[in-house]
Amino acid sequence: MSSEPGTAAPSAAQVKTERLLNLVLVLLYTRRPLAKAQIRQLVPQYGQSASTEAFERMFERDKDELRELGIPLVTEDIDPLHEDEPGYRIHQREYALPDISFEPDELAVLGLASRTWAQASLAGPAAQALRKLRAAGVERDVDALIGIEPRLRTTEPAFDAVKDGVLRRVPLRFAYRRPEAAEASERHVQPWSLVSWHGHWYLNAFDVDRGAARVFRLSRIVGAVRTAGRPGSFEVPDDHEPELMVQRVAQPPTQPSPAVLRVRRGSGHTLRRRARTVGEVDATWDLVDLDYTDLEDFAEELAGYGPDVVVEAPPELVDSVVHRLRGALLAHGGAR
Amino acid sequence: MAGFAQETATARLARLLTMVPWLVNRQGIDLAQAADDLGVSVEQLEADLNLLFLCGYGQLPDELIEADWEEGRVFVGNADTIARPLRLGVDEAVTLVVGLRALREVPGLGERDAVERALAKLEDAAGAAAAPARRVRAEVARGGSPEVLTRARQAIADSRRVHLRYLVPARDEATERDVDPMRIVGMDGSWYLEGWCHRAEDTRMFRIDRVEELTVLDVDGTPPAGARERDLSEGTFRPAPDDLVVTLRLLPGATWVADYYPVESVQDVAASEGGGLLVRVRTADTAWLRRLVWRLGGRGTVLDPPDVVAEVREGAGAALQAYPAPVGGG
Repeated sequence: MSSEPGTAAPSAAQVKTERLLNLVLVLLYTRRPLAKAQIRQLVPQYGQSASTEAFERMFERDKDELRELGIPLVTEDIDPLHEDEPGYRIHQREYALPDISFEPDELAVLGLASRTWAQASLAGPAAQALRKLRAAGVERDVDALIGIEPRLRTTEPAFDAVKDGVLRRVPLRFAYRRPEAAEASERHVQPWSLVSWHGHWYLNAFDVDRGAARVFRLSRIVGAVRTAGRPGSFEVPDDHEPELMVQRVAQPPTQPSPAVLRVRRGSGHTLRRRARTVGEVDATWDLVDLDYTDLEDFAEELAGYGPDVVVEAPPELVDSVVHRLRGALLAHGGAR
Repeated sequence: MAGFAQETATARLARLLTMVPWLVNRQGIDLAQAADDLGVSVEQLEADLNLLFLCGYGQLPDELIEADWEEGRVFVGNADTIARPLRLGVDEAVTLVVGLRALREVPGLGERDAVERALAKLEDAAGAAAAPARRVRAEVARGGSPEVLTRARQAIADSRRVHLRYLVPARDEATERDVDPMRIVGMDGSWYLEGWCHRAEDTRMFRIDRVEELTVLDVDGTPPAGARERDLSEGTFRPAPDDLVVTLRLLPGATWVADYYPVESVQDVAASEGGGLLVRVRTADTAWLRRLVWRLGGRGTVLDPPDVVAEVREGAGAALQAYPAPVGGG
């Protein structure tokens, strides 16, 4: 049943696009609200429908779909004295993007803002938005911004569904795997905000079952995200601060503590950059003084240097590094 | 070029309602140029124009939209009702507002004033559609000195070669190299300088926060003709087909590794066998991998190849020599 595009009869999708476009044109052109019967006469694809019932069903669906697209199709009384039959139209002033003119440098930064999404699932809307803003002008890009390319990516499969939930305030359900847990658990949330931080997307939400606000990393959502309510069915607290909530959870503030390390000459470059002081011990070793904030994170970093870094102090840092190295040794068939 | 095989009728309608005002204001534009700017194939644009002239506010000839592209130049007429674009939808308004706000945070961006003006006009024009943008925050990248970033950008504008002192923390190396800079890319949380590296004789991406020193040289920095920018859709990492394949077992608690490092395949391990993941990594060099596994302290284990397993074991053993043996251990 397949056919070459353009050679066969128009597809169902093509016929529907024609019908919807005709409907938009008719309702924008009219100066008075149109009754259904008039619309059926003016839009040829409706004229072909088998019965009045079939036409009315189709028209109801079409109205909903146009409104979904953001087209402000309104119902008005045809005759204020006779309220028995509703009429339909689209007001040009509600439909059209207001007249705005952008300076060349403003268009350049808008272009850059749009291209920021070029590798993301929102690339389509970002490009479409720019085309709308540029519809009126025949300018070319100014080159001032050449050479800089910010990119936001949305590689997490859950991104689109979560984004829709946040923008439209729709409650969501999904399975979530916490880093320490083997099994994913079912979550039911009111999505408050989306934050891209350090290259990862996070969802701030109110966890309905736990009765508390929680931060979710999108990459840890397992499988499909389902809606669990209607748009606008909850309020986001006025004092909600998206970035602060993610940062507090991802990076709780701590006081710095001092550490003393022996670092092999020619290694530990990033440690040396952060050092308070670097002194020579002998031909092989330097003594490096620096501050750390999180014991476990720092121990992990230091264990990564293997035989090139030896912790002198404090003792709890020594223990934590030794613990990690011993764990790695045992896991790879060693014994000590 | 985007394909529209799956495009729904409503998605196509939305695209046409944007396309018509765009074309009306560019009467006589070259067909191929228009297709390119609109992000569609020439065939798609022709199909769209074919559809347009079947439509109108009535079905009499003078009520229909006129579309003509026979001479390879596109003319669209009698389309006054849709000669203005439809208002921005929520996704459309949000992408631009969030994108502009992210630009405000770009260090050394001289166009900050233009960003503010564009943002004010955009929010005004978008109205309610832009309101949810306050619930989406995006930081393109952070870290690295703004001076290095600004100087690198200037070197690109002036086509100057730069000298870098560059740290490779994964291998704990400090390197010196001359680079013909091509562009600054901010993605996955960091800023990068992409350029032709004369040491590697290839294009490379340098993370700005690992650049210790950047000196602009008084030498022309035009990259060789063969230098090509990387396709960013796959991220900043690019494995080579002849790289070594390493199999890594990650226990629960170490599965974040699969998020942070470019893994080739990921497989769940049943909870009855301890849970976690089995991942395969393709890499040219194993120094970073040894360091990663030492950090994981037994929660990540190299299973294959055997010589990498031995490198990890011997390195951990050597490191432990510096500390007293555990009491009663052995």
